[in-house]
Amino acid sequence: MTSNWITTRAWLLMLPLLIVMIAIIGWPLVDTVRLSFTDAKLVGTEGNFVGIDNYVKILSGSNFQRTLITTTLFAVLSVAAEMVIGVLAALLLNQQFYGRSVLRALMILPWALPTVVNATLWRLIYNPEYGALNAALTQIGLLDTYRSWLGEPGTALTALIVADCWKNFPLVALIALAALQAVPRDITAASMVDGAGAWSRFRFVIMPYLAGPLMVALVLRTIEAFKVFDIIWVMTRGGPANSTRTLSILVYQEAFSFQRAGSGASLALIVTLLVTILAVAYAALIRKSAGAS
Amino acid sequence: MERRSLTATIFVYIAALLLAAVILAPVVWLFIMSISSTTDLITKPLRWWPETIDLSRYGVLLSSAANSAGEAFVASLFNSLEVAGMATAAALLVAIPSAWAVSRTPSVGWSLYAVIATYMLPPVALAVPLYMALSWLGLLNNVFGLALVYLTILAPFTTWLMKSGFDSIPREIESAATVDGARLDQILRLITLPLAAPVMATAALFAFLLAWDEFFYALLFTSDQRAKTLTVAIADLAGGRVSDYGLIATAGVLAALPPLIIGLFMQRALISGLTNGGVKG
Repeated sequence: MTSNWITTRAWLLMLPLLIVMIAIIGWPLVDTVRLSFTDAKLVGTEGNFVGIDNYVKILSGSNFQRTLITTTLFAVLSVAAEMVIGVLAALLLNQQFYGRSVLRALMILPWALPTVVNATLWRLIYNPEYGALNAALTQIGLLDTYRSWLGEPGTALTALIVADCWKNFPLVALIALAALQAVPRDITAASMVDGAGAWSRFRFVIMPYLAGPLMVALVLRTIEAFKVFDIIWVMTRGGPANSTRTLSILVYQEAFSFQRAGSGASLALIVTLLVTILAVAYAALIRKSAGAS
Repeated sequence: MERRSLTATIFVYIAALLLAAVILAPVVWLFIMSISSTTDLITKPLRWWPETIDLSRYGVLLSSAANSAGEAFVASLFNSLEVAGMATAAALLVAIPSAWAVSRTPSVGWSLYAVIATYMLPPVALAVPLYMALSWLGLLNNVFGLALVYLTILAPFTTWLMKSGFDSIPREIESAATVDGARLDQILRLITLPLAAPVMATAALFAFLLAWDEFFYALLFTSDQRAKTLTVAIADLAGGRVSDYGLIATAGVLAALPPLIIGLFMQRALISGLTNGGVKG
């Protein structure tokens, strides 16, 4: 068999996938670009070419800027919390204790719970009249009167971050645990003989093993958090007073609630560009840290 | 095993109990809500365990009497099964040949990276044209249309998982069979695919869970019982004027059961899939 034939055969085998990808990803993406330069409506009018008008309006508007800040806050805070709690949980699960395998098995629960069910569950927990959080805090004396956790702009975003963190930290923990189990026992033992304390053992002996897998988890989680839609839509729909409105919610409102397909498309492309910048920056970071260790 | 001081041991157990409580409390509470009577759920101070166990809501949701809450729920359950099943089957069908081709022909590998990169795309970047196209094709509010759209998520993902699966099957086995005169289709059918069966099963499970979990496209592209999936039905319940919180919780429990069962029983396969780089969003 010639290498030419092997390459041709590979392309033939990939043909179905490529056709599907072009039809449902490639073409829609190109069409989003086209729409972004028009004032098309979702239904009915094809729209006219308006140049970069949509982009100018969006980038100079306060809506976009505020939403970008909310999204960044959500992504940074929830991912940071997931990373810290996840690594701590993994360090714990790497210790010897009775019931460890059961606890490890339980970690799969939040991950497996569908996102919408998780959002619904926390919405019930935060319920202002009958919710479990209000009841628990009142019964142990930490709270005098019931509060509307999702109804007040001051607490809604934090409440969302807690719900998101609960669902996603176990995944970080499982990834970190797999990495911890790859640390050779004799290395940690040797470092203890050499008198290394707990912190320096973590920093210099264990961390090098964790860094790579954690970096991958960090990248994927940050990109996911930046695109967040489901949990916020179900819990607050971006409210109260738009205090939890993220970029994906804003695109949804623009393109589908207000049916402005043109400016919705421009907004969607701005979000895509931001996600791409994140992904590329992270890829560079990973390559650098892989090269360093 | 290094020796631990008593204080450290006590600390480990306290931390383990705390972690178990954090993980379990919300899930257990969801279940308790589903079996509590409405009066128990709205008394103050709140009861944490129902006076009498009330399983009637499970009956309500799983009954198919016309125009009941159950009818809508059961319809969405079947829609979810259909959409997730069809999308998973279609994704594997296109992913397996391409994953094998990329695994055995490194010179076309760059195309795989192009496919994987699309996984990073926010769904909002495709939503408007997909909506217009489905509307034009008459596939809005249709399980086939939704399954087709789900391929945007499932196809890149399964290709990626299958490719690393094929990478772990030594190509020497295939070349040995070639020397013995086997044709390509025989090699794939009799050697490679049986060896790749566990990876295929993992990929199928992941794909099914992703589709079962999907909400954004389902919210946009479905509007009634003919195609609405479970996630949309539950969001409707949660956001609507339903005053029975127990009913919402019951719907949540039922929707969570298949993935929870898959998660607990397929733990090993899922975790190795997750830690090998496949991460569910």
